[in-house]
Amino acid sequence: MGDQPLVRWDWIIDNIGDPIGTRLLEHLQLSLTPILLGLLIALPVGIACARWRSLYPPVFTGVNVIYAIPSIALFFLLLPYTSFSPWTAIIPLALYTLAILVPNVVDGLNQVPDHVRQAATAMGFGPLRRLVQVELPVAVPVIIAGLRIAAVATISMVSIASLVGLGGLGQLILTDGFRRQFSTPIVVGIVLSVVLAFLVDGLLVLLQRRLTPWTRGRELGAAARTAAPASARDRGAARTHRGAAVAEPGGPGPDADATGGQGEST
Amino acid sequence: MNVLLWVWEWFSRPEQWAGSDAIPARFIEHLGYSGLALLLSALIAIPIGLVTGHTGRGGFLTASVANFARSLPTIGVLMLVVLAVGIGLAPVMAALVALAVPPILVNTYEGVRGVDPQLKDAAQGMGMRGGEVLLRLEVPVALPLILLGLRTAAIQVVSTATIAAYVGIGGLGRFIVDGQARQEIDMVVGGALLVVLLAVLVTGLFHLLRRLLVAPGLRQRAAAE
Repeated sequence: MGDQPLVRWDWIIDNIGDPIGTRLLEHLQLSLTPILLGLLIALPVGIACARWRSLYPPVFTGVNVIYAIPSIALFFLLLPYTSFSPWTAIIPLALYTLAILVPNVVDGLNQVPDHVRQAATAMGFGPLRRLVQVELPVAVPVIIAGLRIAAVATISMVSIASLVGLGGLGQLILTDGFRRQFSTPIVVGIVLSVVLAFLVDGLLVLLQRRLTPWTRGRELGAAARTAAPASARDRGAARTHRGAAVAEPGGPGPDADATGGQGEST
Repeated sequence: MNVLLWVWEWFSRPEQWAGSDAIPARFIEHLGYSGLALLLSALIAIPIGLVTGHTGRGGFLTASVANFARSLPTIGVLMLVVLAVGIGLAPVMAALVALAVPPILVNTYEGVRGVDPQLKDAAQGMGMRGGEVLLRLEVPVALPLILLGLRTAAIQVVSTATIAAYVGIGGLGRFIVDGQARQEIDMVVGGALLVVLLAVLVTGLFHLLRRLLVAPGLRQRAAAE
């Protein structure tokens, strides 16, 4: 680093628009697309697994096997097929979110109390309407707990995508910072990535409040339980005393003993 | 499909299997970095997790620190430490430890904190004191979760140790970096496959550890539920 300071504010001011702003937008795009894509796949898959129970074990194993493939390796394994397009990052990251989101959708739907279901049926709700208007809203806290983990994990993993030359804040760190031996862009990249992760996490908490007005002011139910974000971060841990199934970023999906993890200390 | 053929061809070249930059040597290097990083992380995270879980204090702080560490971009940490102290083992370890501490810490904390209070009463009734309760009751009961945290961390470390090659020290990442630089896709894919293989081996190892270390009663309970 020599005698230059850790952060040169004049560089930040001069470059706020082009490298910094552009990279931030790229990062946002590269991380939000896989999260949304993952949610779009996980919802129907999770609903199907909650309905037809025998479907769940093979699906669960499947998503966890994918999860055990290291992210860097997966980026490079896809490279021959997708070349240097955003899909090289989006596909693996979306696949990773499935290992977190599918179990959460299933657990969220499974913990809908039976009397709630019966009440909906008694009011004349058909299966589809019951699912959309009753079961999914009740499952929202657990699903959002999963989304929060998936979001933070994805946002920090996107920086690795810069190694395959895909842009995002990792690119700011690599090309503007490391190649030029200049610490300011690296610090900017780290700080922005962390801030982005916390911001998205916070927005998801707000979204959950909006979507579940009935939990406000009450200290019970899944909302209260999932409000402990960090403890819900690790699959095993969260599975033990919470209904919410949770996993952690970049980690492996427990394949065989994940099912053991589920019951480990309940 | 000819990508697979190239990769197979790459693996079957004799020069891949002997010498200081061949597959076995890189594999051992990778294993060494990963093992060291995991050991350091465990030495930091397990004691803190045990103490905070046992006393029930500092839980919020633990969670916040873990959350923060989780959201750090590994590449950034690596590059920043490289600029600060130069190329070598230290930056790689800093980046990997930052990555591995959260899952170990959170799982240890949750595991110990989640031990049934009735069990703790029973242990105290049998005359155990604080430290004894922790070591003879809480650690064994929390062990499945602690192992899960360690395994999560291990896989992430194995995966991410690939970046060691970007700062000039070896490991399996060399194949990926060099292959990319020379536009040799077979080498890149070959290196990536070796990382996957190592991740699979680590998963198997932790499966075995769980078998060996977790008390049979706890295992059965887990299986029955």
